[in-house]
Amino acid sequence: MRHAIAATLAIAGLVAAAPARAEQLITTLTNHRVLITSNYTGVELVLFGAIEHEAADPLRHGPYDIVATITAPREALRTRRKSRVLGIWVNTAARTFVDPPSYLAVLASAPLDVITNADNRRRLQLGIAGTPLPELINNDIGEVSNDPFRAALVQLMEKRGLYSEKPNAVTFLTPTLFRASIELPAQVPIGDYEVDVKLFTEGAMIAQTNSGFEIEKFGFEQFVVDTARNHGLLYGLATALMALVTGWIASVVFRRD
Amino acid sequence: MEIYLPIADIPVNVFLVLAMGLAVGFVSGMFGVGGGFLMTPLLIFIGVQPAVAVASVTTHVAASSFSGAIAYWRRKAIDVTLVLTLLAGGIVGSIGGVALFTLLRALDQLDLMIGLSYVTLLTIVGVLMVGESARAIIRSRQGKPVELRRPGSHAWFHGLPLKVRFKRSKIYVSAIPVVAIGFIIGFLGAMMGIGGGFLLVPMLIYLLRVPTATVIGTSMVLTFLTMVSATVLHAATNHLVDAVLALILMIGGVTGAQFGAHAGARIRGEWLRLLLGLLVLAVGLRFAFDLVLRPDDLYSIRVLGRGP
Repeated sequence: MRHAIAATLAIAGLVAAAPARAEQLITTLTNHRVLITSNYTGVELVLFGAIEHEAADPLRHGPYDIVATITAPREALRTRRKSRVLGIWVNTAARTFVDPPSYLAVLASAPLDVITNADNRRRLQLGIAGTPLPELINNDIGEVSNDPFRAALVQLMEKRGLYSEKPNAVTFLTPTLFRASIELPAQVPIGDYEVDVKLFTEGAMIAQTNSGFEIEKFGFEQFVVDTARNHGLLYGLATALMALVTGWIASVVFRRD
Repeated sequence: MEIYLPIADIPVNVFLVLAMGLAVGFVSGMFGVGGGFLMTPLLIFIGVQPAVAVASVTTHVAASSFSGAIAYWRRKAIDVTLVLTLLAGGIVGSIGGVALFTLLRALDQLDLMIGLSYVTLLTIVGVLMVGESARAIIRSRQGKPVELRRPGSHAWFHGLPLKVRFKRSKIYVSAIPVVAIGFIIGFLGAMMGIGGGFLLVPMLIYLLRVPTATVIGTSMVLTFLTMVSATVLHAATNHLVDAVLALILMIGGVTGAQFGAHAGARIRGEWLRLLLGLLVLAVGLRFAFDLVLRPDDLYSIRVLGRGP
């Protein structure tokens, strides 16, 4: 529901801005499909974008600001907190986050609070702070404000390189041409990623594009994961057989009698 | 050379993992144990999730104990009846261990229980081994003969019914304590990712009075069989066995074991037991520190899975 409202507002904003400004945003990625093979150690994608406006437009153009948000498939997470029980550290409290993105990168051309005001940031769900991370509370789903578990989740994800907010990651090559590099560390989750690029000028969003890319395991890696998930017993038997063969080969190779 | 592990979902350096396999294999060959109690903590240390480490090490131990078992089979140093009786308990124990593992994972307490089990078990076994071997060393220094079996001393379980004659081991005991030992080994093996050789060998020697001629071979076969069943069970229920990780480990492990066996043959038995005891104790204490010291981060995350 929140998403729907936000989208409606975003479209409304776009429509409202349209008559005054005729900027058009065009973006592209260097790659739309990242394959994880056995030598995968992370990858860097580059986002390119151009801002076009009609030559006859009498209005002053720019300066422009860009906020690009990259999100990965959502998956439920449990954040656990340890506390001391009888002298040892035990997980004693936990919260379930229903659908946080498993990867979230916010790349901007300036600090978000410089680009636009707090109201807009909340409405457009800009930045990590603006991203809703609903929790499961007694079979109910809701947002908890100032929640230490939410802060811990964000902090842990940042530590793993999965969440990031970089206020200077988008660079303008010319006043209307920009680039940003999207760093995907080795442990990024697989699936469909969404790339949402918003164009701001003087604090107002005037254009937006949506595109995406896909990260998938490929070849052998894909085969192993599929088999392990869907044919667990068969996979187990095959692994056990592999152990047998390795053990047998070793006993033949190193035979000492 | 980095390689991406498909189930553990992290890239690791192949040579690092191979070296770990070699080192642990060396220790396991030297002492005649599977080495799971060293491998699982090492994997956790390099960033593999504890659950994946436990499940994958079972496969690694299956391979190394299989190559060991073949060697003992050629020397006819395996008591098949004893293996089968232990196995009856072992398989039930493995099923129980995997079930508890799955349950604890759901309750967010798996890592704690793995830690606690390691501390308790390794500290007790380590202290006992160090004590026993130190006494043996002192006795041999004083010129007294080393006694391993005290003939005539009977424990309470020697009076239990269902007596079975284990021909090759030349013992005549009730099947009940034998099945019970098998159960304990299977259970702990599946829960903690250890073969249990370092537990089984002393139990067979001190409790059942199995002669040293058949004890290692018998323990190897049992370890192999329980670890194979644990591998299949872990793969079928938790989908956590990383075959790529297991393969690298076992290649290093079986190679290292050969060199370890050579080295072990040159050291006297009681000194070997003292060294193993100290090693076991060190790993146990390492886990104890982790549980007692305040962790760097009080929070941790567990992925529950993709939503709709």
